[in-house]
Amino acid sequence: MQVVLNQFKEQIQSAISEQKIINICGGNTKNWYGDSPSGEVLNTHQYAGILDYQPEELVITACAGTPLKEVESALNSKNQCFPFEPPHYGENATIGGMVAAGLAGPGRGQFGGLRDYVLGIKMMDGNGQILSFGGKVMKNVAGYDISRLMPGSLGTLGLILEVSIKVLPLPARTETLKFQIPASQAIHQINSWASQPLPLSASTWIGNEQGGELWIRLAGAHAAVVAAIQKMQQLLPAEIIEESPANIFWASIREQTHPFFTHSNENLWRFAVNPLSNPFLTEHTTMMEWFGGQRWIKANLNREEAQSLASQNQGYATLYRNNRNDSGSVFTPLTANPLTAPLAIVQKRVQKAFDPHGIFQTGRMPY
Amino acid sequence: MNAIIPPLLKSRQDFVVDLLRPILGEDSLLWEPEDTIPYECDGLAAYRQMPLAVALPHTESQVIEILKICHINQIPVVPRGAGTGLSGGAMPIADGLVLSLAKLKKIIDINPLARTATVQPGVRNLAISEAVAKHQLYYAPDPSSQIACTIGGNVSENSGGVHCLKYGLTIHNVLRIRAVLITGEVVEFGGLAPDSPGLDLFSIFIGSEGMLALVTEVTVKLVPKPQLAKVIMASFDDIEKGGNAVAAVIGAGIIPAGLEMMDQPATKAVEEFVHAGYDVDAKTILLCESDGTPEEVAEEIEKMSLVLKASGASRLQISETEAERLRFWSGRKNAFPAAGRVSPDYYCMDGTIPRRQIAELLKRIKDMESKYQLRCMNVFHAGDGNMHPLILFNGADHSEWRRAEDFGSEILETCVELGGTITGEHGVGIEKINSMCVQFSELERNLFWSIKESFDPLKLLNPDKAIPTLNRCAEYGRVRISNGVMPHPELERF
Repeated sequence: MQVVLNQFKEQIQSAISEQKIINICGGNTKNWYGDSPSGEVLNTHQYAGILDYQPEELVITACAGTPLKEVESALNSKNQCFPFEPPHYGENATIGGMVAAGLAGPGRGQFGGLRDYVLGIKMMDGNGQILSFGGKVMKNVAGYDISRLMPGSLGTLGLILEVSIKVLPLPARTETLKFQIPASQAIHQINSWASQPLPLSASTWIGNEQGGELWIRLAGAHAAVVAAIQKMQQLLPAEIIEESPANIFWASIREQTHPFFTHSNENLWRFAVNPLSNPFLTEHTTMMEWFGGQRWIKANLNREEAQSLASQNQGYATLYRNNRNDSGSVFTPLTANPLTAPLAIVQKRVQKAFDPHGIFQTGRMPY
Repeated sequence: MNAIIPPLLKSRQDFVVDLLRPILGEDSLLWEPEDTIPYECDGLAAYRQMPLAVALPHTESQVIEILKICHINQIPVVPRGAGTGLSGGAMPIADGLVLSLAKLKKIIDINPLARTATVQPGVRNLAISEAVAKHQLYYAPDPSSQIACTIGGNVSENSGGVHCLKYGLTIHNVLRIRAVLITGEVVEFGGLAPDSPGLDLFSIFIGSEGMLALVTEVTVKLVPKPQLAKVIMASFDDIEKGGNAVAAVIGAGIIPAGLEMMDQPATKAVEEFVHAGYDVDAKTILLCESDGTPEEVAEEIEKMSLVLKASGASRLQISETEAERLRFWSGRKNAFPAAGRVSPDYYCMDGTIPRRQIAELLKRIKDMESKYQLRCMNVFHAGDGNMHPLILFNGADHSEWRRAEDFGSEILETCVELGGTITGEHGVGIEKINSMCVQFSELERNLFWSIKESFDPLKLLNPDKAIPTLNRCAEYGRVRISNGVMPHPELERF
């Protein structure tokens, strides 16, 4: 492994001297996410392997290039999981790419995002030096929590070498219910359930202004799941979905293989908004997740309109899949919101602290 | 007690007071020693320093004006909440201003459907749960000082508590922070939306010990109150068995609502003090809590009991009533004052280690007891490996005091060696600033400094805390409790 680390270091140092950009790449499954990156590829696949996994510690430590499926199958064999359900978006997804992209699947609404589970990180900075932050323990308040800064940094801070991620036990029982209700009722209903002690684990609504279906996943102790089903069915008619089609459905949401995502070549917009926001752009078919906090719309929207609509709902719009190669950044700039505008300069300085020569400034994330 | 202020500092004080008086008025600006002395330390009373002045703004716009003036005139600012912190994070600096946010204490909004509460930073942790109780919701992180500590302080320390194994730390339970930079600019970290573009500065802001910006508003996440909670008290005739039982419970796929451990010296001291009904013959006891619906609790308690028995528990007692549950907890929550009863002084450590190392660390502490000829009581948040060893000593005996210091250093070093950290929840502050040199390399500490300067280029906000400069890296520090008396003796400490 030292040989691989030396190669990384050499590549970084030669990028500095030749004033080149380095585009860090894991399994190449999420290369489309963010703005188009430039630079010479640094591939992490040689730096792979699970370094430490003790189920009773609820934490797994792995090298960045470890295939995500290998990590998840190790967890699964011990009845544990990443509750934020990171999307793979392909066979070769790596754990380093998972962290750098910072994305999460259906479980995010109830269990928190990737950032909430990152405990520690070992990285190589823009000078080729190795730094470690955080650790393998749940509670650690020594120094700034730099390891949690990595999720979503898209390789622009440095090369992630090793990560320690908190895991949770798999629930004893999982059930899926489906309700036929319109969007605004769905938003109210899922949030109302979420404010009661019910074992909710995920929610997805798909539909348009004519109506739609709400999928609810319950997970937890047997008794709690059974009691919750009864309670919900007393309130609204629900169809109980068999285990296999339910698993297929949730996987298709997590991996975006559901027909909603695949049926056309239009742009895919992601709105991260106040979960209680009223339905918007109802003329388009919409998918809502995370109690209404994440909304997907497949349409060729005008960028400024999308961003302003998101901002009216205390959130942000991202051109998640730029299927039509629209120009401009897919992200909303910090300067678009007066309350984040002063942080633009802070963010730039933070980036420079990790990467003084700018070798990781691939342009994938605007600074 | 009040040292005479040197002339140079006096003229600086006059200058600062003249600048701030027009913003705050007479009542909200303190500078006479008899008024500022309550601010000379926080919960870590061993470290004291009188400030130039103390500002007590009532509004965010006053905070903005104060910071602008401090920025222009390069006046260091030490933010402060309720002053209950245990690491000296709110200890003043001689030529600086203490900016207390305790008077910003309005609850701005409660939204039961969204499960959020938006409050000003001076609102007490417990006051949030009390205000939302009618909606059957509560704010989960419960640091032991929750009756007094403020949410602004919790955000700055990333506070934990007994229930964070299941419900997470402050970072997991806060959605949005409004804050003022040293320049007076108002910013927002996080938000009601699940995420926002750019780097996740929210994550480094939480737990930044008042070094990056001043919190003026916090939106917290609320969770539904569990219908029922029950606790198992399990006795073990061997410390190692107890430590391994902790790992076994978690390994069996159970996340208890609380999982605490006490060794025999601790249970004996506590039992004499509060009569919690502890098994004082056991070498160690575990408190293992389950919460949720009655069905869920029944299922989980049964599962936990099986695992604890299989791990060699010699006796199990399950709380039958809420009163009994609270009685079991009362012992754990009174462990610190109980230590104060059996010894003139004690040190409280706050290291965290991987769970599987609990038995190993306890064994090493046992050896250290003979090495340093001092006793140590062990109480800790076993579920997340956060230890609070209490080293008992007599401060009047200088040699005991030195040995206690070395004992503490060795415990923290051992925590780092076993894969843990020097502080799990109390923060670095001024107390553990030297220990940071052991846990982090020079490169890592330099990066911390660069982060600080990214927000605060002139290093005016809580300077000299949390991150050591190169020439500071010398020795360990720790909480010293003199004659068993801590500041805020009325607060539970666990």
